[in-house]
Amino acid sequence: MRDASPAKTYALHIGVIALLFALNFVLPDYHQGLFARIMALAVFAMGYNLLFGYVGLLSLGHAMFFSAGLYGAGLTVYHLGWGVPEAFVAGVACGALLALVIGLLALRTSGVAFMIVTMMFAQVFYLLVLYFAAWTGGDQGLVIQQASRVVSIGGASFDLTDPTVRYMSALALFAIVLLVTLAIVRSRFGRVLVAIRENEERTKMLGYDTVANKLAAVVASGAICAASGAAYALLFGYVGSNFASIQYSILPLLWVLLGGAATTLGPLIGTLFMYYVTDITSGFTSAYLLIVGVALILLVLFAPKGIMGSIRERWLGWLP
Amino acid sequence: MTPLLTTKGLSRNFGGLRAVDGVDFALMPGEIRAVIGPNGAGKTTFVSLLSGRIRPSSGVVVFDGVEITAMPAYQRVRLGVAYTFQITSVFANLTVFDNVALPVQRTLTDGRTKGQVRTGVMAALERTGLADRAGTLAAHLSYGHQRLLEVAMGLALKPRLLILDEPTQGLADSEIDNFITLVRGIAKDATVLLIEHNMPVVMQLADRITVFNSGKILAEGTPGEIRANRQVQDAYLGATHG
Repeated sequence: MRDASPAKTYALHIGVIALLFALNFVLPDYHQGLFARIMALAVFAMGYNLLFGYVGLLSLGHAMFFSAGLYGAGLTVYHLGWGVPEAFVAGVACGALLALVIGLLALRTSGVAFMIVTMMFAQVFYLLVLYFAAWTGGDQGLVIQQASRVVSIGGASFDLTDPTVRYMSALALFAIVLLVTLAIVRSRFGRVLVAIRENEERTKMLGYDTVANKLAAVVASGAICAASGAAYALLFGYVGSNFASIQYSILPLLWVLLGGAATTLGPLIGTLFMYYVTDITSGFTSAYLLIVGVALILLVLFAPKGIMGSIRERWLGWLP
Repeated sequence: MTPLLTTKGLSRNFGGLRAVDGVDFALMPGEIRAVIGPNGAGKTTFVSLLSGRIRPSSGVVVFDGVEITAMPAYQRVRLGVAYTFQITSVFANLTVFDNVALPVQRTLTDGRTKGQVRTGVMAALERTGLADRAGTLAAHLSYGHQRLLEVAMGLALKPRLLILDEPTQGLADSEIDNFITLVRGIAKDATVLLIEHNMPVVMQLADRITVFNSGKILAEGTPGEIRANRQVQDAYLGATHG
């Protein structure tokens, strides 16, 4: 029901952003920091969801796009002494370029082969990070000093290590990407992406170059994930090879499945849920992954469409 | 008058089987042409070669003076060759509106039509009588309505040549009458190529009929000529004649 309620849809999304803004002033220090991290990573999940949820392409290699942004921003600051805005742009550009190249190659396949090919490329990326440890710091990583993480805009300077500045920066990125993905999925382009997911052959017979559309989606997805990685490096001051490992290709898939694939707010909800389940259970037991696993199994059994997907199915059909 | 579409020596092999075997075919602008023939005669393969869903083994296809033999299907659609599927393949999880919005926005992007997506969608839905179901999921439509939606999607592409692959299959008699009226309406501004098994529909609609048998054209002519053709009666219409 795409055109049924645009006002309601935009009000909901602006409301979520306003709520996150307000939370900055009420959350205790620890949770304020956790929320900043969750919002930065929810951007990663949103980028993943654009490709997985809307186009139906399951990639197992998105860690490479996240870490392309992470290293694109981190290394230019660390080695070249670039400022924060330039480094951020460099990170996003690295991710978009990498996504273009990987997309051109990987989109020659589909289904299981696409999963394997993306995973293999991500492994190559991971091994390259380790191989060039002299520049990347390898598995030890690099710490980006506080002095390089200060942004001067006009006369004012913002220190990204300050909790409130960090929170607001993460929120700003989250808000922009949320509204951009909402605009994409409501656009003509978004309609074509969903059509490809539903029936690619039929979409071709309606005059669409499905490969070109999928490539555009891979690049958009890669750029968004790279924006998340670049922000992560600049906000939290650390780049390391674990972010390029297979674990960071699986995590966005889990966040999106939990929150609800092909829903605009699902990635945030999934990331939030997973972080807090891990956070709360690890306070009680060292076997917290067991409890996370049980939570995941229960969700798959009782809400296979994820949290937002189930809400849309049962109560709010107009959710985008 | 020059033909809208011609083929020369068009062939397609599947392994050792020559599904379409050296077909020379011409279609005049504005006509309604029916393609008939027994099962396995190569009708669907033949129209698939025209729409670009499969590539020919040899031969050429020319549409409106342009050779399109090697052109991908999606580009042929942009030239005005639309194909509706034999097996209903609407987007089941999308609304009726979104199903038709996809072809409408395509013609807008190509600059072949102007205006709003909504206007174009509603026009195609009015014409097929589906306007009051715009918000329904395609999966929730009855079978007959899904067939109509399939036609609405073809119509919304503003085709110059509309290929309908067994459009009345599975329709009730009352629905078939409406369908004949609909196709006559479409033929006012497009050429129609129709694969059809329902002989009354063929005889009522077609200006000319092409009969396929074993991948070749067995006969071609007006409905009257085809009905009187001894070879066609033997191959297809049931050899019960005297």
